[in-house]
Amino acid sequence: MSDEQDEITVINAPVYLKYNFTAGKAPARYLTQLKKGVLTGQRCPKCSAVYVPPRGSCASCGVATEEEVELSDKATVESFTIVSIPIPGNPIEPPFVVANLVLDGSNISLIHLLSECVNEDVHIGQRVQGVWNPESEWDYSMNNIRYFKPIDEPDVPVEKIGTLPVTGLEG
Amino acid sequence: MKDIAIVAYQQSDSVSDAGAVNEVELIMPVLARTFEQAGLNSAQDVDFVCSGSCDYLQGAAFAFVSGVDALGAVPPIKESHVEMDAAWALYESMLKIRMGHADSALIYGFGKSSPGDLPTVLSQQLDPYYLAPLWVDSISLAALQARLMLDKGLITERDMAEVVSRSRRNAMNNPHAQLSGDISVEDVLAEETFLSPLRKADCSPISDGASAMIIATVDQAKAWGLPYVVISGIDHCIETHNLGMRDLTDSVSTRMAANHAGMNAGKVDVAELYAPFSHQELILTRALGLDKETQVNPSGGVLAGNLMMASGLSRIGEVFNRIVKGEAQRGIAHATSGPCLQHNLVTVLEKGENA
Amino acid sequence: MSQPETLNQAFELGYTYTRSTGPVIGRFLTALKNRKIVGIKASDSRVIVPPMEYDPDTAEELSEFVDVGEQGEIVSFAWVKEPRESHPMQVPFAWAMIKLDGADVPMVHCVAAAAESDIATGARVRAVWADETIGFITDIRCFELV
Ligand SMILES: [Zn+2]
Repeated sequence: MSDEQDEITVINAPVYLKYNFTAGKAPARYLTQLKKGVLTGQRCPKCSAVYVPPRGSCASCGVATEEEVELSDKATVESFTIVSIPIPGNPIEPPFVVANLVLDGSNISLIHLLSECVNEDVHIGQRVQGVWNPESEWDYSMNNIRYFKPIDEPDVPVEKIGTLPVTGLEG
Repeated sequence: MKDIAIVAYQQSDSVSDAGAVNEVELIMPVLARTFEQAGLNSAQDVDFVCSGSCDYLQGAAFAFVSGVDALGAVPPIKESHVEMDAAWALYESMLKIRMGHADSALIYGFGKSSPGDLPTVLSQQLDPYYLAPLWVDSISLAALQARLMLDKGLITERDMAEVVSRSRRNAMNNPHAQLSGDISVEDVLAEETFLSPLRKADCSPISDGASAMIIATVDQAKAWGLPYVVISGIDHCIETHNLGMRDLTDSVSTRMAANHAGMNAGKVDVAELYAPFSHQELILTRALGLDKETQVNPSGGVLAGNLMMASGLSRIGEVFNRIVKGEAQRGIAHATSGPCLQHNLVTVLEKGENA
Repeated sequence: MSQPETLNQAFELGYTYTRSTGPVIGRFLTALKNRKIVGIKASDSRVIVPPMEYDPDTAEELSEFVDVGEQGEIVSFAWVKEPRESHPMQVPFAWAMIKLDGADVPMVHCVAAAAESDIATGARVRAVWADETIGFITDIRCFELV
């Protein structure tokens, strides 16, 4: 090898930092309930919006959210995308559907998977419900719900998405 | 040019581990008290918001965005962030006001250092080729600086212990302090060294917490009918990253910033200095030429609690509190960033009409 | 409101950076790979080791490389009783500012010593090379007392 090839022009300088994360009060409450198979939101005392997963504040009003609200595992598709490229480290085979879902009784969407569906038929306003893992596998994790799947209920009109009570469209 | 004044300042307790409290939960109570002090409702009532924080501290990407959830940003607000101590967020806010783009601003800083190993995290702010790969931690670099001072006979270990003892005793009057107590110089000297020549007591603790401030033009402060303290000068200067090329026994950049900020135009009754290590308080006091006329770190300084990304703002807030209470007419606050006092900001504060 | 449990999760963040060295740092690291140490002359002719690309006082671009010795003198040191996991040595050691022979500006590196009392400001030290040098600052494994 010539001297030129021996010239250092690039170095590998990886940085690894260790942390111990502690969930905040609001997320800890949410995860503790989730381990019991219950989806819980928090309501803003000012504007009444229900947040899930809760972070402890109403981002609109800037006030603490403390009232807990039990939610349904039924939801409405607010938006979605069909993922066709593999994501490194993700065990799910493409194509698959990732959706913004608004749980009945809440006003803010969360992101989860849609499955047991024809990807091309997924649409905004579609009604879906969580498919839970067996109770013995429940943990402090949103993975307790493996995915959401379509259910046989009429679509929610776009203007009503995000406004449904915990009892759903008919309730 | 519009004169700018501080009208409100609040700080959380400085705690070693805030535990089950996320960013929003850390900041929101402090902001609520700050708004209350200023008679305002939310961030909607000020023209600009600027925060200081560093995601590396807790290892949470975009933690500073979570902080915005504490503000009530609907309808949208004008907001900015510095990956620095919030003292620099104050600097940005002052520029915003000076440019005529705002008449008031909310500034807040927060740090949750407990989830990581802070001295190790801070090693990664160093030169990425020569120093960061060696993982030289912040305490070790401060120890090298202290040894230079000791070897040259500029300070003694007793001088350092006196700083610690005074900090602990002053902190007994600071309700937010993490470390306080009636500790004598002998008590400190009796402690074994931790990272020689430093003892644990020479080092600021690892702390979690937040602080917040509201500033406004003097006209706005008067319209609000609030007691105010005028920020008569502010500047910051930085030194080279090459530690070997700096005079680590002095703080040239602090002196320059203080001169630019007009510190010497009058008597300095009180000085709050951001000295994370005891010997650094001595460096700063000398670099600024402070004498017995000036009360240094009556709050206990950051040896009593070191809120990364917030304690620089807190230094300014502490001086504000003393002037509002009538304990001082004029004071200076210092904030620092980087290893061994690399980057320094000095603010000069003076009593306003209503204070 | 339900009482939450305290939920902790340890995790590691990894940033797998590669960095371009540029000609000045590259020259220094290439020299390390060949078990040699080079510095650079500042605007005022002081020799800076490791070399900087620009003079911190004048902002002048620097280019005059100078070979320096692998021995030097301790300017300051800090004794690490309890090394951190990330530290280059896992037994008690010293961080030091070391002025190499032929250099005017000290560099920071680690020094192996059996006890704090063995080391002093002004002590002479010598670079200990890694078994395999790759062009990285840790090619100097540490310094040892002469
Ligand atoms: Zn609200």
